[in-house]
Parts: sequence; C-alpha cells; structure tokens
Amino acid sequence: MSLTRAERTIIVSMWSKISTQTDAIGTETLERLFSCYPQAKTYFPHFDLHAGSAQLRAHGSKVVAAVGDAVKSIDNVASALSKLSELHAYVLRVDPVNFKFLSHCLLVTLASHFPADFTADAHAAWDKFLSIVSSVLTEKYR
Amino acid sequence: MLTAEEKAAVTGFWGKVNVDVVGAEALGRLLVVYPWTQRFFEHFGDLSTPDAVMGNPKVKAHGKRVLDAFSEGLKHLDDLKGAFAQLSELHCDKLHVDPENFKLLGNVLVVVLARHHGGEFTPVLQADFQKVVTGVANALAHRYH
Repeated sequence: MSLTRAERTIIVSMWSKISTQTDAIGTETLERLFSCYPQAKTYFPHFDLHAGSAQLRAHGSKVVAAVGDAVKSIDNVASALSKLSELHAYVLRVDPVNFKFLSHCLLVTLASHFPADFTADAHAAWDKFLSIVSSVLTEKYR
Repeated sequence: MLTAEEKAAVTGFWGKVNVDVVGAEALGRLLVVYPWTQRFFEHFGDLSTPDAVMGNPKVKAHGKRVLDAFSEGLKHLDDLKGAFAQLSELHCDKLHVDPENFKLLGNVLVVVLARHHGGEFTPVLQADFQKVVTGVANALAHRYH
C-alpha cells in the first residue's frame, strides 16, 4: 500500500496546520486513547495518566512529532522511522492492535480540530498514511 | 454495558445530532475511506470519486436509513441484541454483509460525530460512544450462522 501524489499533498498541507498545535493534538489523542481503550494504559504503569499530567503532554508531543517526521519524509517513511521501528520491536513490544486504536484516536482528534479540512478525501488519506506508519513500526516484530 | 450516567450522556448528546446529515456523511465516508465496502452498493450508481460518493443521493438516503435504525437502537441500550435481532438476520441471510463492516462503520460514525461537534465530543463521551458502536456491531452480528 502506498500513497498517491494527491494523498501526499493532502497530508503535507494539513500537517502545516497541525504542526502549530502539536501539544494540544498529542495530549488529546492520548487522552482519547486511554479513555476509549483502557488496555493501552498497561504500557504506561510508570506514568501519571490523569488529564493535564505533564507526562501525558510530553508523551503526546513526542508521538505527534514522530508522525511529523514521517510526514516530512513521506516518500520514505520506513527510513524516517527506522529507529522507532526497532524501539517498538525490541524494547517496547506494544501489541500491534494498539496502533489501530491510536490511529483512530488521532483521526478523531484531527476531525474535531479541523472540521473543514478533514474532508472525506483527507480522512481517507490520513487513515491510509497512519496505516503505513503502523506497518513500519511493527515491521521488525518478527 | 453502560452505566446509567453513561446512558444519559449518550442519549443526551444524541438529541443534538442531525441524524440525516451524520448518517449520510458516515456511510459516504465508509465507502471512500474503505473502498472495498462499495461491494455492497454496486447498484447505487456513480461511486467513482469521493465527491461522487458524498453527493450520491442513494448513499445519502441509505445513510439516513442506517442511522435511523441506530437511533432506534439507542432507545434500547439495555437490550441491543433484542433490538437488532431482525436486522441481524437480514444482514446475514439476505445482505451477506461481513460483520467486520459494522465495526468499520461504527468507527467512521465516531469520526463524523467528532467533526460535527468538536470539543463537545470529549474523550469521555467518545469512550461512551465506542462502547455503544461496539454493542451495536455485536448485536448486528449476533444472529449470524
């Protein structure tokens, strides 16, 4: 599965708006993840996950920044996320189902913050892009 | 499945939802984001581009119908399996729809609700709705054989 030129354009152009709010987007995405899919919390026993927590904010920023790295190298996501892919495979070992949960929560957050930009085309492009990101992050699992 | 408080939050919020518009948009987006779902709607005419899908009058009408049924289900949160028994049999025996599609549509619906309601569609409210769409999807799959 790879992105068409049109899909890449949509993602890169939306990213320029998203990148002005990475903290808010990241925090909200994780809040949604942990509210809707409490099993995801099992990977963070060492974190304070309450709304407003500094750790939640910091981690949310990190996650969105990584998505941003993928956007900036949209023609070669595997290369941009290679280190993160190894981290997830050998250290974090997050069950792959959680990437679907996180991707869904990011889409919900984007839809909520950018209702006009999040057209059906944009929804399709982002769903596909996050699916590619998820594949890259799990590709070294076995 | 849902506490009394969660049920109240869901039904209270649903009162503000424009079921016609949201239903049409949710079904349209399902067909655009997951194009293989078009397999059930070949008789709907032009589905060749996202604009064609979102503007297609049959898609809009059917989306409304689907969400009307969902709305009816929200009145029976204590017995979704009972409420959707006949529709479950229909989707299995006549329509031959893989129940995986109910999960896809449920999640698209959640995205559409977020798009229309912004900050009001909080993480906690989303969590309540995720439980509802999962319950509805399970109820629709329950009579499959």
